[in-house]
Amino acid sequence: MIMSRRTTGLAIEAEGLRRSFGKTRALDGIDLRVPAGTVYGLLGPNGAGKTTAVRVLATLLRPDGGRARVFGHDVVEEADAVRSRVSLTGQYASVDEDLTGAENLVLLGRLLGLRKPAARERAERLLAAFGLTEASGRQVKKYSGGMRRRIDIAASILNTPDLLFLDEPTTGLDPRSRNQVWEIVRAVVSHGTTVLLTTQYLDEADQLAGRIAVVDHGKVIAEGTPGELKSSVGSGTVHLRLRDPAQRPEAEKLLGAALGVAVQPEADPVALTARVGGDGSDLVASEQAARALGDLARAGIVVDDFSLGQPSLDEVFLALTDHPAADERDDQMEAAR
Amino acid sequence: MSDTATTTGRPSSVYVPSAEALATVLAPGARPPRPSALGASLTFGWRAMLKIKHVPEQLFDVTAFPIIMVLMFTYLFGGALADSPRDYLQFFLPGIMVTSVVMITMYTGVGLNTDIEKGVFDRFRTLPVWRPAALVGMIFGDVLRYVLAALVILGVGLVLGFRPDGGVLGVLAGIGLLVVFSFAFSWVWTFFGLILRSEKSVMGVSMMVLFPLTFLSNVFVEPGTMPGWLQAFVKVNPITHLVAAVRAAMAGSSDPSNTMWLLLWSAGFVAVFGTLTMYRYNRR
Ligand SMILES: Nc1ncnc2c1ncn2[C@@H]1O[C@H](COP(=O)(O)OP(=O)(O)OP(=O)(O)O)[C@@H](O)[C@H]1O
Ligand SMILES: [Mg+2]
Repeated sequence: MIMSRRTTGLAIEAEGLRRSFGKTRALDGIDLRVPAGTVYGLLGPNGAGKTTAVRVLATLLRPDGGRARVFGHDVVEEADAVRSRVSLTGQYASVDEDLTGAENLVLLGRLLGLRKPAARERAERLLAAFGLTEASGRQVKKYSGGMRRRIDIAASILNTPDLLFLDEPTTGLDPRSRNQVWEIVRAVVSHGTTVLLTTQYLDEADQLAGRIAVVDHGKVIAEGTPGELKSSVGSGTVHLRLRDPAQRPEAEKLLGAALGVAVQPEADPVALTARVGGDGSDLVASEQAARALGDLARAGIVVDDFSLGQPSLDEVFLALTDHPAADERDDQMEAAR
Repeated sequence: MSDTATTTGRPSSVYVPSAEALATVLAPGARPPRPSALGASLTFGWRAMLKIKHVPEQLFDVTAFPIIMVLMFTYLFGGALADSPRDYLQFFLPGIMVTSVVMITMYTGVGLNTDIEKGVFDRFRTLPVWRPAALVGMIFGDVLRYVLAALVILGVGLVLGFRPDGGVLGVLAGIGLLVVFSFAFSWVWTFFGLILRSEKSVMGVSMMVLFPLTFLSNVFVEPGTMPGWLQAFVKVNPITHLVAAVRAAMAGSSDPSNTMWLLLWSAGFVAVFGTLTMYRYNRR
């Protein structure tokens, strides 16, 4: 059930967005085209400029150069029109931690123009849908990390926005809480809200996003569907653990033949690693891996553990740039370039 | 994906997002009309009150500090400056009330500075409401604190023997003038709260402004004994106008000239610092 009134055309259109903080060029000419009604991933390491991009698009920060439109409205000139259609869940809690969960939602409901009873009712239903009824009367500062994220997202969809910004919604969450957030994001987008999601994890962008822009040093260095990005890197890595270390040389040969790539013996005497895919699709990679496993079985080699992993963000970065995903940007290197 | 109901579980049960439950809250309803400027400001004022409810310690500033000020100055200066502490109190209480409340206005800046560092202001600033509402509401909450401080001081004063000739109405009028001025003056601190980096520097600047402003006035003594250059400053000091007007009101008379000056200063503070504040607030 897609609400088509909100899902046509482009939700975000940015051209050459630039923004500096002193000497740091946080945004160095970003172009984005986000189709409405989809989840769009902004993927990048710490300091890439993800938060800055989100803040510019959400009208919180003025760009130094370039322009951006949200549903056709300029983020600087028509900020109010943009604000009436977007919501932001910031990287750090964007609810009032001194207030209770229920108070936060009622406050926002009132600010969006609901009368007190309507705001209360809306708050109660949101709290229920987000599994926070028990915690509704507790101050948000006493919530767990996962609950905080949920109340934050609940606050953001209070007005059923047309565009929702989620800035690193799962950073710091345990796997279960992360899955909860993913489910929520899927539900939100299935109701026609466009989601711009920033993340440091390719895995997450892959799970949720229809398209991804990889951002580094304030620039988009690659853009496409998750499949396109991954196949530009190679579909991933096969990890094998054998029962008998003595069989490793033979396994290495068989695997190399089946996958057509070089196989690396690891420090662990029973472990082997190989890159698969390269230019093929996921299916081909898994087929290749399956064939390799069959060959090993026929040769009487016992495999205790097998995994076909996706390329990590680091591998994507290595492939797209000539440097690994750096934790902090080095401004001197930047200046020297 | 499981469709387990999320709300019926025991408290310890794990939350499983349910597509159905989420669907009911995601259905786009009609958007309510945008709240009025006053409505939005009052809602933000409600937030300030909720914060007082949850963090009542913050009222310490507006209760303990004024009590200490009254006791200290009444007994310190009372004997020397008038025949007795009790006589001095009749002259001094309106002044110390003004001093204390005006001093408390600086917490507006400190509070804003700490508040704005947190993410919640990002959310407020993406709401389609009248822009100054978040700040106006915050100051509404502070006005409540000013009233509270004024009442505490009045209470202590009455216990110590303060007997205003203006009666209830005169005292209320005096507190009213004080609150109007303090509301206006708070905008100075919202501006500093926005431009300065840390809570500490906001404190520092506030002290540097507030001490001369409150002490170089007619709060403690009549300016007649001061050297001419100082009298010149004291004369134009808005605190002097405020104290004179409040004193007159509480004494049952009125002081139109000082009241007019005080209202002019108030309007000026809102016009100048309100504008500067909003400029900074929008441009961060
Ligand atoms: N307000 C600011 N003042 C100064 N520098 C800033 C400010 N905001 C961001 N920067 C700098 O701009 C660059 C990009 O920051 P940004 O927060 O956008 O990165 P990010 O991709 O969100 O990183 P993270 O994953 O750590 O959240 C960084 O080098 C950061 O230090
Ligand atoms: Mg960030």
